[in-house]
Amino acid sequence: MAGEAGSAINPIEQFSITPIIPIRIAGHDFSLTNSSLYMVIAVAIVCLVMTAGARGGPGVPGRLQSAAELAYEFIAGMLRSATGEKGMRFFPMVFTIFMFVLVINLIGLPAYTFEVTAQIVITAALALLVFLTVIVVGLKEHGLHWFKLFVPSGVPIYILPLVVAIEIISFLTRPLSHSVRLFANMLAGHIMLSVLGSFSVMLLGAGIVFKVLAVVPIVMNVGVFALELLVAFLQAYVFAMLTCMYLNDAIHPGGH
Amino acid sequence: MEPHELAIAAKYIGAGLAAIGTGAAGIGVGNLFGQFLNGALRNPSAVDGQFGRLIFGFAVTEALGIFALLISFLLLFAV
Repeated sequence: MAGEAGSAINPIEQFSITPIIPIRIAGHDFSLTNSSLYMVIAVAIVCLVMTAGARGGPGVPGRLQSAAELAYEFIAGMLRSATGEKGMRFFPMVFTIFMFVLVINLIGLPAYTFEVTAQIVITAALALLVFLTVIVVGLKEHGLHWFKLFVPSGVPIYILPLVVAIEIISFLTRPLSHSVRLFANMLAGHIMLSVLGSFSVMLLGAGIVFKVLAVVPIVMNVGVFALELLVAFLQAYVFAMLTCMYLNDAIHPGGH
Repeated sequence: MEPHELAIAAKYIGAGLAAIGTGAAGIGVGNLFGQFLNGALRNPSAVDGQFGRLIFGFAVTEALGIFALLISFLLLFAV
């Protein structure tokens, strides 16, 4: 059994939160942890890139400006197609969420870095923010008419109670699926990279014949890393896209 | 068999059972791309406009397989 070598490498260990600067205020833990450090780095990167890109200047736009404009146009187009012109006032929120999640996903990808979105508390907080925004804005804009969202038009009366119950349950489980999708993708991807890496270590410790085979998991890891790059972008895109679709319910209830 | 050994055996059996779900997600993703290719070969001019929808469907379908994989990993390493 290779249990000896395998137990030395724990793929879950990379997600443990460790305090860097311990701070305790009134018995509560406010420490700067590796998680909060990576979030600060992500916000700093987004702020630097976007302010440098938005500064403009004489003549031809540079690379940074093009990248910033590309990101802006991408999210603006997505929001406009999902919610129409009325939803564009939510653009700052959707753009902030997208850039935050995207940069966190990407800076957590290389080895020895920390993946913040592989913590369920972070993704749950973002999903609940969207969920509560939909409820508050919907009730504020439409009042009680907002509850039309749960009553689709054109459904026969004898099947309506069932449909309404299903609509309410599907609405209430949204923050769960919204947060777990991002969290699970990031967690499983990073565990997969770690497990494939531990295969190499186990093969190196197994004997002279197996040492040659140890290169195979490394080659596989390169492929998985490329997939994870795609997933890091896709999950940020899907998270922002679902945010747009949920916000559409706050702006146009009963529009389905 | 000791109760502790039985628990470890059940853990590994559960992890294996959870991994079956990834195969179901594989059916879904294969169906998705197959149907897309089917439609794309009938009407190649519409491909570019629907690519975003394809990727969105892929990500949403793939996530279900990832959920099953996550349960398997959690049983193996975290329980």
